[in-house]
Amino acid sequence: MDIVVMARVLFGSSMGFHIIYATIGVGLPIMIILAEVMYWIKKDEHYALMAKRWTKGFAILLAVSIASGTIVAVLLSLLFPNFMEIVGQVISLPFQLEIFAFLIEAVFMSIYLYAADRLPQGLRVLSITLVAMGATASAILITDVHAWMNTPAGFDISEDGTITNVNVWNAFFNPSFGVTAIHVTLSAYMTVAFLIASIAAIRLMKRHLSSEERSYHKKALMIALYFGAAMSLATAINGHETAQMLHEENPRKLAAAEGLFETTRYAGLSIGGYTSLEDQEVKYAIEIPNALSFLAGDRFDTEVIGLNEYPEELWPPLYVHILFNIMVGIGTLLIVLSLAALFWKHVLKREFPGWMLALLVVSGPLAVIAIEAGWCFSCIGRQPWTITDVLPTAEAATGSSSVGILLISFLTLYVVLLFVTGFVMRYYFKRNPMEQELTAGNG
Amino acid sequence: MEPSILAVTILWTLLFIYAMLGSLDFGAGFWGMIYGKNDQTSASQIANRFLSPTWEVTNVFFVIFVVALVSFFPFATTMLGSLLLLPVGMGLLLLTIRTTFMVFANHANKYRDLLIITSGLTGLIIPALLVSMLPITLGGFVEIVDDYPQLLYGELLTHPTLYMHIAFGLTTELFISAVFLMDYSKEAEDWSAYQTYRKHALWLGPVSIIIAILTIETMPADAAWFVDSVKGNPIWFGLSLLFFLLGYAFLFIKGKNGRKGLARLAVLSIIIQYGIAIYAYGSAHLPYLIYPDLTVGGSFTNPTVFYKLLIVYAGGFAILIPAFILFWRLFLKDQRYLKQP
Ligand code: HDD
Ligand code: HEM
Ligand code: HEM
Repeated sequence: MDIVVMARVLFGSSMGFHIIYATIGVGLPIMIILAEVMYWIKKDEHYALMAKRWTKGFAILLAVSIASGTIVAVLLSLLFPNFMEIVGQVISLPFQLEIFAFLIEAVFMSIYLYAADRLPQGLRVLSITLVAMGATASAILITDVHAWMNTPAGFDISEDGTITNVNVWNAFFNPSFGVTAIHVTLSAYMTVAFLIASIAAIRLMKRHLSSEERSYHKKALMIALYFGAAMSLATAINGHETAQMLHEENPRKLAAAEGLFETTRYAGLSIGGYTSLEDQEVKYAIEIPNALSFLAGDRFDTEVIGLNEYPEELWPPLYVHILFNIMVGIGTLLIVLSLAALFWKHVLKREFPGWMLALLVVSGPLAVIAIEAGWCFSCIGRQPWTITDVLPTAEAATGSSSVGILLISFLTLYVVLLFVTGFVMRYYFKRNPMEQELTAGNG
Repeated sequence: MEPSILAVTILWTLLFIYAMLGSLDFGAGFWGMIYGKNDQTSASQIANRFLSPTWEVTNVFFVIFVVALVSFFPFATTMLGSLLLLPVGMGLLLLTIRTTFMVFANHANKYRDLLIITSGLTGLIIPALLVSMLPITLGGFVEIVDDYPQLLYGELLTHPTLYMHIAFGLTTELFISAVFLMDYSKEAEDWSAYQTYRKHALWLGPVSIIIAILTIETMPADAAWFVDSVKGNPIWFGLSLLFFLLGYAFLFIKGKNGRKGLARLAVLSIIIQYGIAIYAYGSAHLPYLIYPDLTVGGSFTNPTVFYKLLIVYAGGFAILIPAFILFWRLFLKDQRYLKQP
């Protein structure tokens, strides 16, 4: 493999690994707050226990998210030094601010974790709220850098690469920052809600469950479903705005996402299928007439730019259409699923049937897949640029020949860690079953 | 002060903070491993009790250092990135193993021993890797081939200065952590752990100083500029030695309770000692980041951006100080935490 390709694979897989844990790190504190609040309102011990058990899980996962985050932060400078040279001059502010968000999160997480029993209730809820704020802030700030790479702003660059006229705030508030940051945050919240729903559904599918356990897991499932339904709706609405932002700021990426070659009004939306280069169309897709124009500009006669407006070497890989469809498809599915489940419970007032629980079990992993697909779409859809229309990826990357050995070592590490974290989580929660903790807490 | 000099001073300050926190953290991991199986002393418990809540904060300071380096000196990234890819990459790999295993050890008792040994050993290897970056910056181990910097691994790995640097890093790490954990045990009124750590501090102190002096003697010919600079500035290094002697002396003075050692004063003197030493080292290193190819002035960002970043730092730390005070009270002062069974 070419060194540049290896650098891209190494960074992409490191991010793909980090994002699993990071997303949970962003969303789980919110779920813990919800449980703490429910406990406050209902005075039901089950909610206190939920907060406690989720915190334990969080502590285990946090170790991996911090370690992998440290990896990506340093790898970014090591693998893409020419990129970081520009970042350092223009958009280092969010990186700096992010560190303070990390510090707040780290300090209050330790406090919540190791000193909870020595703190009054108010201070305890304040600590976990600060943890949640720190995590969300760090996600928003790092997304800012990513948004700036997609829609760069706040500087001029001359022929020889010299950067002038830096305006830190214009870079910070670049055109895609707002929508993108909201999209990332909402999708993280929604993902964690469905992950919790998955775990609760797995438990509820077990035959031999005491009524105590059954009632505990049902409560967890309901919190997750309400929050998940709300967040998945919000994610989709905001996702629509994100697509409109692409229409304005980076039509090339939207064209690649939709597999659109010719610039047209009344453009149709292709769902599914794959983009064929020879035939210049999306094959085996379901076509909804006029929908793409409407999505892009809220009117059926909106003109949507096609790929043929650009030279072919500036097209992103055409398979990004598939990635985009995976994200949107899963998003739509999860809205339907969570609303159906709530309908079942509140309108039909019936227990969940086995097949619905089974669907809920896969909802969490599906949401994670949507996150991965969305990010890969966003980063790969930016190719061949690392900073859109400013810095090509081939020039951003390192030329060091040590990348190969690092690639192998890191990939091995990620696989091992995925297994080991799963194993430790299972071990811990098996050793400390919920019933035992409940009686211990009461006693 | 020139803005670039101010920036490099801040960078050395961050390095100093990370070196101190890192020594405590990695050192505590090592002592936790050594005394993990030993029922005679609670030294291992004390080390782990300190480590549990603090490693995250330590890790953040590592990230701060890297981010500050890139944002203050963006023009250094290309060269540093190419030279340090392999050593830093390997360091990251080990750091990840250490961090995750350390946390996992608290949640999977059955595998505790294995996990603790792994995190203890990496607690030695990581600092060794980190200090081995220092000789690279001094000159003689870098070659520019086709405009592209290459690290001469053959020369580096066979040169005694590398091993002296590593020995220096490790003895220092263990010395600092032993003195600190001695103070921490005193706060917890755990006298067996206190004696254990005092015993180690007593031999590690002089050894670390002797190795430090020997390290300068083994520096390669290309580093002559640096050695001259050190010898031309004996005051700061002398002052540092003075604080070492002071701190060491405090280990022998009897306190109010009749036990030997004024731990708190010893810790403070040792911290001051290393603070002075790092500044002395940093100023002797000027004007180079990497001799002779990379200078502080040449890799500096533009001053307007730099001053904006400074405001962010000042604001950020101002907000965080109350949080740190709360943290200190809960984990380093609170008897309920320190004395839990
Ligand atoms: C649970 C995850 C999830 C779900 C259900 C959705 N998204 Fe998404 N999407 C993401 C998770 C995500 C993400 C992983 O968070 C991305 C990657 C980069 C980013 O900014 O957010 C993203 C990016 C992203 C982009 C690209 C932004 C860019 O590259 O600048 C667009 C246009 C959309 N999304 C649109 C949508 C639409 C129309 C959805 C309809 C349901 C949708 N997303 C659901
Ligand atoms: C949008 C994608 C990302 C999200 C949502 C995200 C979120 C998170 C979260 C929640 C944590 C744990 C925070 C803590 O407790 O300290 C974390 C850690 C970290 N992340 Fe990410 N991150 C993302 C991408 C990145 C990228 C691209 C970088 C590097 C440039 C990065 C750098 C870090 C670092 C350095 C840490 C460790 C901080 C520490 O030492 O505590 N992250 N991230
Ligand atoms: C968190 C989830 C993310 C995932 C899964 C992800 C995935 C990827 C992938 C697959 C690539 C390789 C693309 C290619 O070369 O074809 C890539 C490249 C890259 N990404 Fe992301 N990314 C994520 C977030 C981020 C963020 C938040 C940033 C900004 C700080 C970022 C910055 C980059 C850079 C600098 C490159 C390398 C240059 C390039 O190929 O354009 N990524 N990422």
